[in-house]
Amino acid sequence: MKWWHFALIASLLLAALSPLASSSPDGLEKVAENHGFLGQAHSAPFQVIADYVFPGIKNEALSTILAGLLGTALIFGVVYGLAWLIKRRRSGQAG
Amino acid sequence: MHIPDGFLNVATVATTYAVSAGGIGYAVKEVNKKLKEKQVPLMGVLAAFIFAAQMLNFPVVGGTSGHLIGATLAAILLGPWAAALIMSCVLIAQCLIFQDGGLLALGANVFNMGIVAPFCGYFLYKLTTSLLGDSRKSRLIGGSIGAWGSVLLAAIACAIELAVSGASPWAVVLPAMSGIHALIGIGEGLITAAALSVVMATRADLWQLPKSVKRSEV
Repeated sequence: MKWWHFALIASLLLAALSPLASSSPDGLEKVAENHGFLGQAHSAPFQVIADYVFPGIKNEALSTILAGLLGTALIFGVVYGLAWLIKRRRSGQAG
Repeated sequence: MHIPDGFLNVATVATTYAVSAGGIGYAVKEVNKKLKEKQVPLMGVLAAFIFAAQMLNFPVVGGTSGHLIGATLAAILLGPWAAALIMSCVLIAQCLIFQDGGLLALGANVFNMGIVAPFCGYFLYKLTTSLLGDSRKSRLIGGSIGAWGSVLLAAIACAIELAVSGASPWAVVLPAMSGIHALIGIGEGLITAAALSVVMATRADLWQLPKSVKRSEV
């Protein structure tokens, strides 16, 4: 196994801890709430895995874990692929 | 501090989209020039770590929570342009798939957390290590200061956008946003220093420590 396999597994384990996260509003949300502009927020015009809750799964912790694992794996793939493509383009140009 | 839709006016949405799109385009060029082959997996892993860590809100004070941004960590390990690209990918995925941060506000979120945060964090990190001398300790101190400052500056950028948009008056939103994020930034500093220590202990070569530092400190 390469070092980054361990790092990726560690990130996935971290995502699996997501049900333990604080559910309090974040800094911006709290400021908006305290100063009366939270109501101006619109919800998204479409929902995929809104608010990190995997749709169709009743157990809240499980649905959050699934959303976290999926997102972590997906973002790894996207950024790895993008970096690989950028690198490949340069190699092509250098020749 | 993912801004939802509804807070920003059209002018702010348009301006931040334009600046962020330009920034991402330039970041691709810079990464194209500088990225090394062994850094390709590091880009992916850092993005995965940042996404996962952003889900883990930690409590701050008075019923408020915060989470890692991660821009400074990425900027220190890969440079600010690669960090900008990583942050943009994370923010775009959060917006499109997880409805975290508004579609119209995406440009502002990329600007605050994908451009302001990594560059500010990187600058403070570099400033600290050049003032204190490059050592293991000064890198961790610089990383913490950079991480803290990156959260504060991103929050100020966010407050400016909100004030310009008329969501909230300057005198209210600027102190409120910087006050709470000065606290959230402490968490960012601690997590960034912890992550940097792990990299230093396991894969110092990814972080190009100078030889003298490697011998005496690592």
